[in-house]
Amino acid sequence: MVSSITMPATGANLPLPLHAPDGFFSMPVAIAGYLLAAAFIGIAIRRANKDLNERIVPMMGVMAAFIFAAQMINFPVAGGTSGHLIGGALAAIILGPWAAILVMTAVVGMQALLFQDGGLVVLGINLLNMSIASVLAGYGVYWLARKIGASFTHLLIGGFIAAWLSVIVAAASTALMLGLSGTTPLALALPTMTGVHMLIGIGEGLITVFALSFIRAARPALLQMPEKSAVPSAAPAEPSRSGGISIRWWIVGYLISLSVVLLAPFASGSPDGLERVADDAGFIERAQAAPYAVIADYAVPGIQNQALATIAAGVIGVTLIYLLVAGGIYGIYTLYRRRATLQHE
Amino acid sequence: MTAAGFLNRYLEGRSWFHTADARIKLLMALGFIFATTSIPPGKWLAFAAMLALVWLAAGFSRVGLTRIFLRSLVAIPFILIALPTVFTKPGAPLFDLDIMLFTLTGTREGLDFFISVLLKSWASVTAATVLTATTPPMRLLEALRSLRIPAVLVAIVMLMYRYLFVLVDEAQRLMRARAARSAAIGRKAGGSIVWRAKSAGGMAGSLFIRTLDRSERIYMAMLARGYDGNLRQTGSPPLERRALAFLAASLCLCASIAAAARLVL
Repeated sequence: MVSSITMPATGANLPLPLHAPDGFFSMPVAIAGYLLAAAFIGIAIRRANKDLNERIVPMMGVMAAFIFAAQMINFPVAGGTSGHLIGGALAAIILGPWAAILVMTAVVGMQALLFQDGGLVVLGINLLNMSIASVLAGYGVYWLARKIGASFTHLLIGGFIAAWLSVIVAAASTALMLGLSGTTPLALALPTMTGVHMLIGIGEGLITVFALSFIRAARPALLQMPEKSAVPSAAPAEPSRSGGISIRWWIVGYLISLSVVLLAPFASGSPDGLERVADDAGFIERAQAAPYAVIADYAVPGIQNQALATIAAGVIGVTLIYLLVAGGIYGIYTLYRRRATLQHE
Repeated sequence: MTAAGFLNRYLEGRSWFHTADARIKLLMALGFIFATTSIPPGKWLAFAAMLALVWLAAGFSRVGLTRIFLRSLVAIPFILIALPTVFTKPGAPLFDLDIMLFTLTGTREGLDFFISVLLKSWASVTAATVLTATTPPMRLLEALRSLRIPAVLVAIVMLMYRYLFVLVDEAQRLMRARAARSAAIGRKAGGSIVWRAKSAGGMAGSLFIRTLDRSERIYMAMLARGYDGNLRQTGSPPLERRALAFLAASLCLCASIAAAARLVL
């Protein structure tokens, strides 16, 4: 007889409903997830290979085992539940984004393959959410924070927001895929998933920050931002090369958002089930035309084909939102840079 | 308890599944899950056929149906996420649920969809459970290469599996040390949540530094044994014709059930 298997720590870990099992995503979404994940992992292998050369296998393999083991370190929160590290942002901060994508890919892949923690056919989506989106979001925030300032406080605040956001982005991305698959109405999945993970993310942020401050105390060199060249540049704010967010990144982000929108009409015949609930409950009449209906009912006037019109509306919407967000981030960034150079002078 | 206790998912046995080539089993499981996922909601006969197939396989694997059943329940809690669809999918009203001010109407289509997702994920998890229970992990990881997963990635995952046990043991030692230092008579040991997060974060940080040092030692040991960055792996033996025929037959069976669900039933 095999004795019953119990995790050594007491209390159940807080549920993290992101390792989606098979059956929850529609086939087109699952396949698109595989293709997108494969593209990112391919880039990650190339970039990490360039930095690490023959070190890549021992380093990444052992680090993946570290993330897996670190996920077991839990701390009691309340009522018998406990929080634990997920590690996407921590990996991104200490290893860099590409190595972190590889490490998290190994972790999520092994959880699916050996422990049935997440499905096999939906593995592409789970990788996209937990190993790619969360790592890139976490690293983006951390990178921005370190650009703004190099102090310990910047490291900690940046680390906290990075970890918090990495969890939320993974949750939002999962909700989006569930919505696209027609499994859960997006209008319900998105607020619930992000809401719950805004709380879970606080635990992630705290553990990440304290892990970072431990690492900084023990090995401060590990947390220096990697420079492009080994030679330290004389001027801290060199305008053309080191500064500025590479235009490639903006384009990649834009294309990802677009591809998600383009897949949407194939995913579900009735994307907005909430409207029907509202109809049943009898308050659809109150939801009359909004005063600022830029794109009424997600369709562009003048295009007859409905699927085409929905896609067009999606493209316009994504472009607008993207320009707004990108403009905002760029604005904040240049503002801080200007102030930093002023202080330097 | 050692880490090996709950990390080892392989169950010894002497069935056809235990001796079969891991590549064949992996492709069979993937084909089964693909077919199951593509069955439209409400095709109960097709779901019954798929469940019968996977439980037949579980029976043939001879590792104990109870154990397979218990392990197959791992994904069930996730179903909560599909629950709202019962009320949001348009269709014929089936029942009403009064929640204070609102009345939610569950529809036939919504309920069908919900139960279908439940069956799909349960059948898929069962298939994956049989696969991991009858295949040693290293064989399974080697089989990944036949799916054209990049060799570097497979090597990373293999090395990860090799050191999983070491690092989980190390994490457990850290937790045991924490437990030994936080004796508590009541429920609560330690200070505020932030204080507790601080100790957990410090543990993660210290585990990271130990791991970094360990990876350096491993790298040195690999270099000392002639590692030059090239992964030398023995090629997999060619697949037997009988095994290939069995794989083709089972994939055809899965595909025809899925096709029948769409076209005939």
